[in-house]
Amino acid sequence: MPNYRELLQQVKGEIDEVDAAQARALLDGADPPVLVDVREQDEWDEGHIPSAVHVPRGFLESRIEQAAPDRSRQVVVYCAGGNRSAFAAKTLKELGYENVVSLAGGYTDWKRNGLPTQLPRSLDAAKRQRYSRHLLIPEVGEEGQLRLLDSRVLLIGAGGLGSPASLYLAAAGVGRLGIVDDDRVDATNLQRQIAHSTATLGDWKADSARATIEALNPDVEVVTYKERLTSENVDRILADGWDVIVDGADNFPTRYLVNDASVFHDIPVVHGSIYRFEGQVTVFKPHEGPCYRCLFPTPPPPELAPSCAEGGVLGVLPGIIGSLQANETLKLALGIGDSLAGRLLLFDALAAEFSEVTLRRDPKCPVCGEHPTITEYIDYVEFCSGRPAHA
Amino acid sequence: MSTVRIPPTLRTETGGERQVSADGATVRELIDDLVSRYPGLGSQLVEDGEIASFVNVYVEGEDVRTLEGLDTPVGEGSTVILLPAMAGGA
Repeated sequence: MPNYRELLQQVKGEIDEVDAAQARALLDGADPPVLVDVREQDEWDEGHIPSAVHVPRGFLESRIEQAAPDRSRQVVVYCAGGNRSAFAAKTLKELGYENVVSLAGGYTDWKRNGLPTQLPRSLDAAKRQRYSRHLLIPEVGEEGQLRLLDSRVLLIGAGGLGSPASLYLAAAGVGRLGIVDDDRVDATNLQRQIAHSTATLGDWKADSARATIEALNPDVEVVTYKERLTSENVDRILADGWDVIVDGADNFPTRYLVNDASVFHDIPVVHGSIYRFEGQVTVFKPHEGPCYRCLFPTPPPPELAPSCAEGGVLGVLPGIIGSLQANETLKLALGIGDSLAGRLLLFDALAAEFSEVTLRRDPKCPVCGEHPTITEYIDYVEFCSGRPAHA
Repeated sequence: MSTVRIPPTLRTETGGERQVSADGATVRELIDDLVSRYPGLGSQLVEDGEIASFVNVYVEGEDVRTLEGLDTPVGEGSTVILLPAMAGGA
């Protein structure tokens, strides 16, 4: 039986090693390897090599596929001094990784050479507990949760769609939520607008929603805009910096304004709309997928476009559609999954049926097409009035 | 025979039916058949001999404007979705 020294010597003879300078060159190269830190959590927490993924050696076999799915891609493994990483490299070779090297001298040597290190950002104990169900999902994890906490989402409307969307985004820990709504809570809202309550009747919806959100999750910063989105204020509101817009507006002029602004500012829009028992959801990603004008170049004449205030809506329907909008928003913020960009999801509550149609970019789209004719904001009320527009 | 989904805003024209059957080898024939039975649909689907600009027609999930418009063939048993924009969100 070999002792530890002998075993280490034997293993080092079976694997390849690089020194700190060679590792740096590989990482700066055109086809950088996956860099895996196999140390323990407390060592990682005190600093690591930038771009490294942390897979403690005890979890190496079970988690490496997540970190390095492509076995033909080079992997550089490191620990503190180069011994544990030698054993880890041998294990990875046994798992079929074709090109594995261990960093001789490890993190200690890397640091001694003055090469860059970084301190990991991490969640404090309270956040670890609050978001524990996210941390358990490999696609989210601590890194994803930190991304959510850094995300900024602007909600147009704190009504039927904005209520569930904002509450789920807040619960999920989206760090900053903006709410644009110029309306006050009235009794007819409470059949569906769950961010508000009997106690907030008469309050600004933006304030009422803010209070509900803050009670749910104090990690979220809420920015309120108690104004109607218009051509005059849209640039000022967007200048505050938003990663995603959730469109829960209740009228066509605002829908077209949100669309044009999102194309001008290059911000994705998670779109939802509802009427009676039916809802539509999609994602408009400017310049990558179709925009709202590609889908609906012109609004319907007013007599064909009744609002929920005129035609009614099943109370739970915005809950379903607004939650789907929150789902799309979280995926965009996390950079995971397949978004609804290029697909319009239709939901029929009576049939309990989803269907989907394909959306394509219109090369002749006046806003996002090859030769745009709308390059600044127009008079959206007139555009949607049914009278000929002069845009 | 194809199945045509009628959106909520057009259901007053179909006596409240959410889904109706229609005949036609092309979108044009199919709409003609629909309009012959539900005349109120005419002005809401067709504008100057073309599909109205505020309505989208999908055959098997594809917008016919990206296919052959009114001349797009409709296979037997296809699902056709009529979709006007809806603005509601509150």
